[in-house]
Amino acid sequence: MTLVYPVQSLAAHPPRLSPAYKSTVKRSPSKPLIPMRHTLSELTGPVYGHETVRENDHDLTVQGKGEPIGERIIVHGHVLDEDGRGVPNTLVELWQANSCGRYVHVVDQHPAPLDPNFTGAGRTQSDAQGYYRFVTIKPGAYPWGNHHNAWRPAHIHFSVFGHSFVSRLVTQMYFPGDPLFPFDPIFNSVTDEKARNRMISSFDLENTKPDWALCYRFNIVLRGRNATPMENS
Amino acid sequence: MQQTRPDGITPSQTVGPYFAYGLTPNGKYDWNDAFNNNLVTSDTSGERIRIEGQVFDGDGAVVPDCMLEIWQADAQGRFSDPQDKRALTNTSFKGFGRIGTDAKGGYAFDTIKPGIVPDPDGKPQAPHIVLAVYARGMLLHLYSRIYFDGEAANAADPVLALVPADRRTTLIATRQPGGNAVYRFDIHLQGDKETVFFDV
Repeated sequence: MTLVYPVQSLAAHPPRLSPAYKSTVKRSPSKPLIPMRHTLSELTGPVYGHETVRENDHDLTVQGKGEPIGERIIVHGHVLDEDGRGVPNTLVELWQANSCGRYVHVVDQHPAPLDPNFTGAGRTQSDAQGYYRFVTIKPGAYPWGNHHNAWRPAHIHFSVFGHSFVSRLVTQMYFPGDPLFPFDPIFNSVTDEKARNRMISSFDLENTKPDWALCYRFNIVLRGRNATPMENS
Repeated sequence: MQQTRPDGITPSQTVGPYFAYGLTPNGKYDWNDAFNNNLVTSDTSGERIRIEGQVFDGDGAVVPDCMLEIWQADAQGRFSDPQDKRALTNTSFKGFGRIGTDAKGGYAFDTIKPGIVPDPDGKPQAPHIVLAVYARGMLLHLYSRIYFDGEAANAADPVLALVPADRRTTLIATRQPGGNAVYRFDIHLQGDKETVFFDV
């Protein structure tokens, strides 16, 4: 498949300098980025072997000696291109806080307990249709130092590759109806409301497993669409 | 399964400060690495090189919670990706690496010097490695390129030609004294020494 990567699609992304999120102030470029044509270096990307993903890497509830504490959930969806076609066999990586809002990380000093049975890392590969599925624990909200009484809405970090180095995406999945949305400068760094809402998973009753786990659907749309004579990019 | 046409791409969000367990355990956490900073495999042909440097913010402070990813061709200028329709490599060289910076903002990649890759017009590009930079405080990663000093091909490189002459040196890794092929490439996210980043 030959894809084109229109730069207009990038308008959905947050501006790199978003002063309400304070750390962006010294970590965003002050000079304009230089536009360039995509070459083979940009239009190709890594291919991973079967060894990259192990049997239980997609199920964060079975990686410890016992069951983790918290609300078990299923998170699934499709990795798609801009035309809605599934992106097959692409690596999807995930990391998150535990049910108490604590990460396994030396820097995370939030006084909430670690869970010996939950590390918060997962990995899977989309199937031939672009479908992926994780089983995990619903992460908790947690405080951070951006401003007085700042709390991150519950979220799961996703890292996805797609067809090329320019389709690479790192994002965060949120949960529907979170009361912290209006107060979070990272969520609100995405200025377009429709685009912002694409980061919110939807509750999926149809795929909720009775007596076992709620399900959330999260489709991830990467850059790239089929080149056709109609597309002027 | 064909989905309904999406109304746009999923926006980027910061990698945050806590990605290490999942993305760059590198022996510091017990999760296994999907990728690391050594791209060289036993059957890789080409000149072994090390690229090392530090990442700095707009105040000149080191960035200790940065993730870097590189993507490159092999020594013959071929990518390990079936989308590269030219002759594929017969080695296990994958061309992709990832690392988290250390407490001093430092990083290193062990790899090989890439070969010549054509631009869309078929003109040769000078040897280069594509770089993506992620960190807390970066809502969207940045793209740059690592070129090599002492390369005659730099003078005719079509991408370097887009860059104002006084900023081109920010894209060129400098060979360090000594017998080993070690190149230094510092990354400045902002300010007078700001690295050139590309809008791709």
